[in-house]
Amino acid sequence: MPPAGFLLGDAALLALGAMAIVLGRGRSASAFLYSGALIVSLLLFGAALSRLVTAAEPSTLVLPIGLPWVGAHFRIDALASFFLSVVNFGAASASLYALGYGRREHEPSRVLPFFPAFLAGMNLVLIADDAYSFLVSWEFMSLASWALVMAHHREDENLRAGLVYIVMASIGTFALLLAFGLLAGPGGHYAFAQMRADAPSPLVAATVLGLVLVGAGSKAGLVPLHVWLPLAHPAAPSHVSALMSGVMTKVAVYGFIRVVFDLLGPIDWWWGIPVMVVGAATAVIGVLFALVQTDLKRVLAYSTIENIGVVFVALGLSLVFMANGFSVAAALAMTAALFHVLNHALFKSLLFFGAGAVLTSTGERDMGKLGGLLNLMPATGLFMLVGCAAISALPPLNGFVSEWLVFQAILLSPSLLSWALKLLIPAAGAMLALAAALAGACFVRAFGIAFLGRPRSSAAENAVEVDRFSLTAMGALAVLCLLAGIFPGQVIDALTPVVRDLTGANLVSQSAIPWVSIAPVAESRSSYNGLLVFFFIGMSALLAAYVVHRLASRAIRRAPAWDCGFPDASPLTQYSPDSFSQPIRRVYGNFAFRATERLDMPPPGELRPARFKVEMVDIAWEVFYAPVIGGVNRLATWFNRMQFLTIRQYLSLVFGALVFLLLVLASWA
Amino acid sequence: MDRLDFDIAHMFAGGLVLVSFMLLYQDRLYALLNMFAAQALVLAVSVAWQAYIQDAPHLYITAAITLIFKAIVIPLALHRIVGRLRIQRQVETVVSTVPTMLAGIALVSLSMVVMLRVTQGADVLAREDLAFALSVVLLGLLMMVTRSNAVSQVVGFMSLENGLILAATGARGMPLVVEISVAFSILIALIVVGIFLFRIRERFDSVDLHALDGSKVNRI
Amino acid sequence: MGLIRDLSIQISQMLAVLLLAPLLTGFIRKAKARLLRRQGPRLLQPYFDLVKLVRKEAVVAQSASWLFRVAPYIIFATTWVAASLVPTFATGLLFNWSADLIAITALLGSARFFLALAGMDVGTSFGGLGSSREMMFATLAEPALIMIVFTLALIARSTQLSTVAGFMLSPAVGLRVSLALALIALVIVAIAENARIPVDNPSTHLELTMVHEAMVLEYSGRHLAMIELSSQLKLLLYISLIACVFVPWGLAPVAAGFSAHAIGAAAYVGKLAGAGFLLALFETTVAKMRVFRVPDFIGVALMLALLATLLRFMSRGL
Repeated sequence: MPPAGFLLGDAALLALGAMAIVLGRGRSASAFLYSGALIVSLLLFGAALSRLVTAAEPSTLVLPIGLPWVGAHFRIDALASFFLSVVNFGAASASLYALGYGRREHEPSRVLPFFPAFLAGMNLVLIADDAYSFLVSWEFMSLASWALVMAHHREDENLRAGLVYIVMASIGTFALLLAFGLLAGPGGHYAFAQMRADAPSPLVAATVLGLVLVGAGSKAGLVPLHVWLPLAHPAAPSHVSALMSGVMTKVAVYGFIRVVFDLLGPIDWWWGIPVMVVGAATAVIGVLFALVQTDLKRVLAYSTIENIGVVFVALGLSLVFMANGFSVAAALAMTAALFHVLNHALFKSLLFFGAGAVLTSTGERDMGKLGGLLNLMPATGLFMLVGCAAISALPPLNGFVSEWLVFQAILLSPSLLSWALKLLIPAAGAMLALAAALAGACFVRAFGIAFLGRPRSSAAENAVEVDRFSLTAMGALAVLCLLAGIFPGQVIDALTPVVRDLTGANLVSQSAIPWVSIAPVAESRSSYNGLLVFFFIGMSALLAAYVVHRLASRAIRRAPAWDCGFPDASPLTQYSPDSFSQPIRRVYGNFAFRATERLDMPPPGELRPARFKVEMVDIAWEVFYAPVIGGVNRLATWFNRMQFLTIRQYLSLVFGALVFLLLVLASWA
Repeated sequence: MDRLDFDIAHMFAGGLVLVSFMLLYQDRLYALLNMFAAQALVLAVSVAWQAYIQDAPHLYITAAITLIFKAIVIPLALHRIVGRLRIQRQVETVVSTVPTMLAGIALVSLSMVVMLRVTQGADVLAREDLAFALSVVLLGLLMMVTRSNAVSQVVGFMSLENGLILAATGARGMPLVVEISVAFSILIALIVVGIFLFRIRERFDSVDLHALDGSKVNRI
Repeated sequence: MGLIRDLSIQISQMLAVLLLAPLLTGFIRKAKARLLRRQGPRLLQPYFDLVKLVRKEAVVAQSASWLFRVAPYIIFATTWVAASLVPTFATGLLFNWSADLIAITALLGSARFFLALAGMDVGTSFGGLGSSREMMFATLAEPALIMIVFTLALIARSTQLSTVAGFMLSPAVGLRVSLALALIALVIVAIAENARIPVDNPSTHLELTMVHEAMVLEYSGRHLAMIELSSQLKLLLYISLIACVFVPWGLAPVAAGFSAHAIGAAAYVGKLAGAGFLLALFETTVAKMRVFRVPDFIGVALMLALLATLLRFMSRGL
């Protein structure tokens, strides 16, 4: 399908949004709208995927709208088709999920119109081929998602989230605007084709790199621009959270790749370093914060930050390798980055859907009030377990494959010549390994507290399984997590055209390797076979169970828990989310969140309860935001005086400005 | 040079870096002193081995000086002083162990980057020794910066010195000058240590010993 | 012909690790007892224990979910698969290429993931305590292991265990500081991951000192047997890993004859006995650490492993 088809799809989505306003609050409106969105997204997904798999030639379209002398350019190449597939698949699964979930939305008129608009905005960003339409679509996407974040605006927390989000989104767009301005140069070449053709000077290119890191990075959630993300993503309804975390951050990654790998021209040797360093810091800090949150959706939002960090480390590696002329290694790192983009879209959507299901059936997001849900919501629990295992990078699921590919790319670093890079890249690898291990702990905690153990509140005790639409959406994603993990070669092959476009090289075709193994460089160097690992684990588990049940005992007796002789204690004696993370907080607390623990233990005989309080500070807030906020406040107070001037003073301001401008004009020549 | 000879020299020099790291990790004074003796021992063996493979007999003297003074006399003296003055046996840290060790790793990689870049084309053994030596020097400095206790600062200083000796050993071609300066620096180190310890003793004599529990008093 | 030989090696390896694992544990217990001048249990006692456990009925807590009953088999399966991919007496394993060192690390991570979940499933305070501490240790031990793998892979230019072992046998390897550091780090990680003294005490049931035992507190019968067997397998795996990488002498090369394999098997048993004795000796000479000293201990492994990856560039790397 050419770009026109995609535009048509986007128009259909926008029309759906408009229709939602007309249809109003009815229950059928929600069903109609989400099924419409589902159909359109599926069509777009199919079209994009077929373009990707058949490695279709890029096709372009110019419409006479937008800026009069530029027009609106649209183009779909391999990169865009890959991200279109990811976005539309995420959109389709979110729509399917929302067919059930959306029914219980108490303010549908605040969600329904913006949902398709949000989808259309993301699609438009991906097919835009000039700076103007890119920025307009980007801003459209931001605003639509902002409206969705603000859907439940009566909660104070959401108000704050919306405010922080809109400010950060504006800063991001502003940075991108400047970046494109620099790329366009004095000639004002806003079309991407022209930007591609002329390479900017090294200084300009470096500035653009910095601006794109800020612009795309703030949307993706790179540290220290991440503070809005854990506020905004959980505030939206769960299917929108899934879209924002699983998909919209990917659009930001797309923006980064598009500008840096495609438009910016030849790559300098040091570009990869800041990208890698920021990515590694993002990964570790993101997951550390995820580990200490008690709100289930916020855990997921922080873990998104971690995964974005992983993607950016891989992108940084790819930049480093490309700049040093190792195009196959660059292709490997890029494959890893894109594979992780896909994986994260799959399992993060799945996990947010699960969190939404928990929220629906218990009304709780606070993990300290959940527990024992696996018995009450078996299907949701199973799917969540798959998602948690996948995001913790456990074989044979998909998260492990992309992690493995990143590690393989890191292991190619000795061929680089620069000593700094040789030493820096393994250090980044260490950070990634640390992040992966912490992610494991984080999701043991999330799943173990919410789904295992005994219910910690009556809400959790009375939980019921959610509707079939939600379960289908989650089940499909869980199956895909498994499939992408055991057939990674097919995914890598599908990514080949994208990688070849970006890095000029590609990995050897993986489907040619027997037994569906993957061996990105050479088989003597490293290979992995997800299918066999899956098969072996399954076979040995079944074999063990069969042998034991058949030859020994299969008797089972239910009894109260033993607990070292303290049975039947209250469910509140279980480990809470805070107590689970306490050891980790103590080990990493000093340099990550400056945790201070305060214990108020009354002396014996006094009747007041003992209190234990933990305070944690996000250093990013203190270092980056507090000064900015203070500055803005001071400036505002200062400008406040302007409100109380006399007319004569106002006039003299205008007069002064006029004279100043004339002076500037006079000195211009 | 024989491969095996080189490998063994490499093991000793690398061992010196490792022992310097272990110095950073210690949190008991006696263990610290023992570890320092071990460092001097490794250095002495390393110097002796290099004397053997470089065929430079005067390096044996350096090894002997190191062995006698740094591995035996100084640790013993410090042991006795710590014991007699009942200095608190815990190493007081300004920065806790883990960040210190991380900083140490960063310093090692920094010294590798710097030295390997500067000495491009030089003899492999000399390059390696210089990089390791710079690491040991930086780690010694790091120890002096992050420990508030006088004795551990002395140990940090002596370990820094050990790094210098390693550098001098690895760089062939200037044996006599190096020899003299090494001997001289050991002398200076001894004097400095003496002064340090005298000052501590003076202070300790003048103050009630029970009040010395805190870290403020015995900080220099 | 080659295929059949490789397959038979693979299968005998799988059975060998399964059968030897309880023996190793028995041997260590025996050695420890003798070092303490006790008589100690029989060498074959772990087998009897396992058989007894398997034949008993399993008592399952009322609040337990299906995960509680499935987890022992998953833990066992992942550990067994990982253990059968580490060359013990021969490098020519048929399925060697299906998972490299990173994958083996991750397989052990899967086992730990499910064990920690199982600990939390019943909803008792001790289970949560064990899981929480286990995961805290793991956040340091796993990156340390990955960094050790990096060191080996950067030196041997492969993450394939058989290739690494082959490289370690070749004269190209030489003496390297980074390998020594990696060995120390790997030993620390092995001690921590196998819940040995000084990190954890495998024979304690004193509530507040246990980590691994706290997680499996609610297990009984065949489920407990599977978990015990997997922890025995895991110990064997780590010792095989250390032996295969750092003491590779005697390993039968690919496509070697029968005698080479016999020598390999004998060497392997010898290595196991040596390592078991060293472990017993070490355990009798140190005291258990308190929990918040353990991160420092494992942190040393992480630092050493990181240092090893950096120092790899020295020596032959120059």
